[in-house]
Amino acid sequence: MSHRSGPKSRFWPLGRGDGGVPVPLLVPAVLAVGFLVLPLVGLVVRAPWRELWPALASPGVGTALRLSLVSATAATAVSLVLGVPLAWVLARSRVRGRPLLRALVTVPLVLPPVVGGVALFLVLGRQGLVGQWLFETFGLTIPFTTTAVVIAETFVALPFLVISVEGALRAADARFEDAAATLGADRWTTFRRVTLPLVAPGVAAGAVLCWARALGEFGATITFAGNFPGTTQTMPLAVYLALQSDPEAAIALSLVLLAVSLATLVLLRGNWLGRAGVTP
Amino acid sequence: MTLSAHVVVQRGSLAVDVDLAVGDGEVLAVLGPNGAGKSTVLRVLAGLLTPDGGRVALDGDTVWDDDATHLPAHRRSLGMVFQDHLLFPHLTVCDNVAFGLRTRGARRAPARAAAAAWLDRVGLEGLGDRRPGELSGGQAQRAALARALVGDPRVLLLDEPLSALDARTRLTVRAELHRHLAEYAGSAVLVTHDPVDAMALAGRVVVVEDGRVVQAGTPAEVARRPRTDYVARLVGLVLLPGTGHGTTVQLDGGGTVAVGEEAAGPVFVAIRPASVSLYLQRPAGSPRNVWPLRLAAATPHGSVVRCDLAGEVPLTADVTTTSFAELALAPGASVWASVKAADVAVYAR
Repeated sequence: MSHRSGPKSRFWPLGRGDGGVPVPLLVPAVLAVGFLVLPLVGLVVRAPWRELWPALASPGVGTALRLSLVSATAATAVSLVLGVPLAWVLARSRVRGRPLLRALVTVPLVLPPVVGGVALFLVLGRQGLVGQWLFETFGLTIPFTTTAVVIAETFVALPFLVISVEGALRAADARFEDAAATLGADRWTTFRRVTLPLVAPGVAAGAVLCWARALGEFGATITFAGNFPGTTQTMPLAVYLALQSDPEAAIALSLVLLAVSLATLVLLRGNWLGRAGVTP
Repeated sequence: MTLSAHVVVQRGSLAVDVDLAVGDGEVLAVLGPNGAGKSTVLRVLAGLLTPDGGRVALDGDTVWDDDATHLPAHRRSLGMVFQDHLLFPHLTVCDNVAFGLRTRGARRAPARAAAAAWLDRVGLEGLGDRRPGELSGGQAQRAALARALVGDPRVLLLDEPLSALDARTRLTVRAELHRHLAEYAGSAVLVTHDPVDAMALAGRVVVVEDGRVVQAGTPAEVARRPRTDYVARLVGLVLLPGTGHGTTVQLDGGGTVAVGEEAAGPVFVAIRPASVSLYLQRPAGSPRNVWPLRLAAATPHGSVVRCDLAGEVPLTADVTTTSFAELALAPGASVWASVKAADVAVYAR
């Protein structure tokens, strides 16, 4: 390690050697941190801390929060049941057209959620491709129900789970599965007793990510499920509505969502992400 | 009961075409350099890789052939030991060993009891509750051997089982493996690039290079009469192809070698580096094999210096450190090399 001096040290303000950050990278990086953190600071600073409790204790907030937690959890459960097998197919099977399949799975990630809501409506609405049949055969109507909320959230959040589980599967050593096969385990037994335990940290991280995404879902939900307190009005919808009539309440609700998000992040970092990166 | 296989696999530029047969209680070593296709053959035997052609039969039952018979790995009666043990990290050592019994329908308690008994046999008593990560390399490989053998499989496949171990551990694990293989009643196939493993553990050796069997025989035969440069180097011989005319061999690369036995037609000449003597002057008397050569490289090799010699007859000579110092040779120096005809082995190509 040589001491840098003269004109060079101007370029390496954070110390010499390999740890230094060049100015052209440092300044934008600091700006980016400020850009991401300042709004959150604003939210905390401007929060009506004194009226917070009454605002949160109002029955509407409790209902929205409960609905949000229940529907996000349900969406995560559906995503796990459907998404883990899909991730396995993408990572392990030799099914043809996997690149296309992966591209299709990724579409909801980049699609504006509102468009997703419209698309869901066209399929599951009373006049929709599947919805019409559901209504005529079983008398089922999906839009503007809590089921619709779960479906909208699943549509948007499922890709997050699939992508992270597929990544975990690809990172896991597939030779453990070879070893299991030589020990008499068929592919299903191998999946249950070897693969799934090996990628459990990745599945957990994917589930938390998926849950967080479902919890914050707005566009697809309001389009496909509407905004009815008690049945389809989740927290983000409640925040949006409150902002128009009662900004203080909106801030209070936002704080709740911020707290839940931070708790999720702590859970993710502390418990799962740390281990997810470690190969056994 | 035997394992017999003809394995044909095309992997990129490597065309594997290997015939194998292993009898009951026999250990066959597949010896070859990295990338020769040894592990590919083993994976085909295990059912982990679908070959492009050939046939794999166990006890006369075909488990794979071109015409649609394909018994997947999990339905073949086999045990496999991998280079880096591949013990499941989320299971205890005992549950790892019991895994094969459980997948084949054994109940938990008897499976664990059988696993514990096998852990005792491989010298791991009391370590069943540990995780694989808490074992040393040698212990993990012993546990992997117990896991492969616990179900009494008809075929045992060992893929470089010792090469991930440090030199000291390798010695003890090799000795234990030898004992377990001697007790094993089924057919065992050992893949290795280490001739010592092959010589110490196997009753028969096939040497595979570039996807083909280039030599087969007992370890002693292979060590005494190598047929390729690769094997010759492994067993420490210099191999020179030529044509025999009585007690003289005309080498393909030029020059002649006098040999102890009569030879005719295409032959190999094998010279042990220790039997080559070096002189600064042409040696007195008239030894029949004496060549003026040039020292290309000299590397210390235990108590001797291994001298690579270039010239009409490329040789390797092992001289003692003292002699090497007395000769005061620098790379590029001219030397006379001689070897007694009686010390030169000759055998048909």
